[in-house]
Amino acid sequence: MEKHIKTPMTKEIIENLHAGDYVYITGTIYTARDAAHKRMYDAMLEGKEPPVDLKNAVIYYLGPTPAKEGQVIGSAGPTTSSRMDKYAPLLMEHGVSGMIGKGKRSLAVQEAMKKNTCVYFAAVGGAGALLSKCIKRAEVIAYADLGTEAIRKLEVEDLPVIVVIDSSGNNLYETAVHDYRITHGLE
Amino acid sequence: MKTIHTDTVIEAVKQMCIEANLQLSPDMKAVIAKAKQEEDSTLGKQILGQLCENLEIAAKEQIPICQDTGMTIVFVRFGQDVHIEGGGLEDAIQEGVRQGYRDGYLRKSVVRDPLIRENTGDNTPAIIHYEVIPGDTMEILIVPKGFGSENMSRIFMLKPADGIEGVKAAVLQTVQEAGPNACPPMVVGIGLGGDFEKCAILAKKALTRSLDEGSPLPHIRKLEEDLLKEINASGIGPGGLGGKTTALAVNIETFPTHIAGMPLAVNICCHVNRHSKRVF
Repeated sequence: MEKHIKTPMTKEIIENLHAGDYVYITGTIYTARDAAHKRMYDAMLEGKEPPVDLKNAVIYYLGPTPAKEGQVIGSAGPTTSSRMDKYAPLLMEHGVSGMIGKGKRSLAVQEAMKKNTCVYFAAVGGAGALLSKCIKRAEVIAYADLGTEAIRKLEVEDLPVIVVIDSSGNNLYETAVHDYRITHGLE
Repeated sequence: MKTIHTDTVIEAVKQMCIEANLQLSPDMKAVIAKAKQEEDSTLGKQILGQLCENLEIAAKEQIPICQDTGMTIVFVRFGQDVHIEGGGLEDAIQEGVRQGYRDGYLRKSVVRDPLIRENTGDNTPAIIHYEVIPGDTMEILIVPKGFGSENMSRIFMLKPADGIEGVKAAVLQTVQEAGPNACPPMVVGIGLGGDFEKCAILAKKALTRSLDEGSPLPHIRKLEEDLLKEINASGIGPGGLGGKTTALAVNIETFPTHIAGMPLAVNICCHVNRHSKRVF
């Protein structure tokens, strides 16, 4: 089903999202990938506050190319989510309720998603030029020394994503391929 | 004897880094467009449509096709009658990469130490493979390689007794494990034979071969065709969300090997399979 939603990603919104929904996101989201996750995670373990308010926040696993003059951001597609699996459950404990990336998630992440009412979206990998057009503002707000891996606050308009794992634990990567194989006589 | 100045090399490498990240080769574009026509999953077709649109935006607005503009792999075929003037060839190639990634607004994705992980800030060093050939021409092939798919690549030290079935099983297992992580539809580069490192280099080189040519060896060409069919019967599909287009092509390169072994490398590339070549 096609849905348009606005951040912050509240529990009410998430409970109405189901694996397979095609969703357009509008509002504020944050970028973070490997290095920023490690730094936030280490800070949290030391009892420090993360540099962004993570309550009902959506994290986009993204390290963009540099913006040219007159551009908001460069190419801006998703990176592989599984590298963030080690850190994601603790971020969810601190309020993260949406993640955008591509690829499979660990069982520990899927369990934490159910426990914390969180949703995992996939954006189309390798479509960074197209996805960059949905980003209307971008600003580095933490860990600037990490360059492309810094945390950016993005204002997005109708960013197209697909619900892959919903808060009830339904997983489109498993069901979609299985269903395709059944309907096409491949099982 | 031909003399080539390092300034010529720097400029050419810089331009190749930029153009490879903005435009795919005609054979890659054609195979993605064809897959979009033929895909029978609704979501799969929609994703392939986004990929075609993405390529148009990248070319028109000069935005890199993918934000992972890669680690730069360089294949140099160096004629033994060529003389390089103006400095070292290796330095010139690294300088070309540095300028290309800076002036082309490409992402700097290289860290100096694998454990300390501090970004080098200019995407160097590139990984350079040299081959000395007869004559007075030099060929430079630039391959910006993304790591979403690189991480899903594998090497298998198969036994001779594993045979063709063993090769197929290992390739299919690799593709299955890669699934949505490698941004399907993918191109599968395979190196078969040689030794531990030779098969890996062959697999990377296989990714750069035109998709319009099959292997010149009939039994290997058949293996390429059979593997493509079997991979696409997995149903993984575009984005890993179901469909008939899991791989766009399978390219295999072979090399003689030892009586005791059958090394196999499977280098996965996503649909953004980039390369650019110049002959001097």
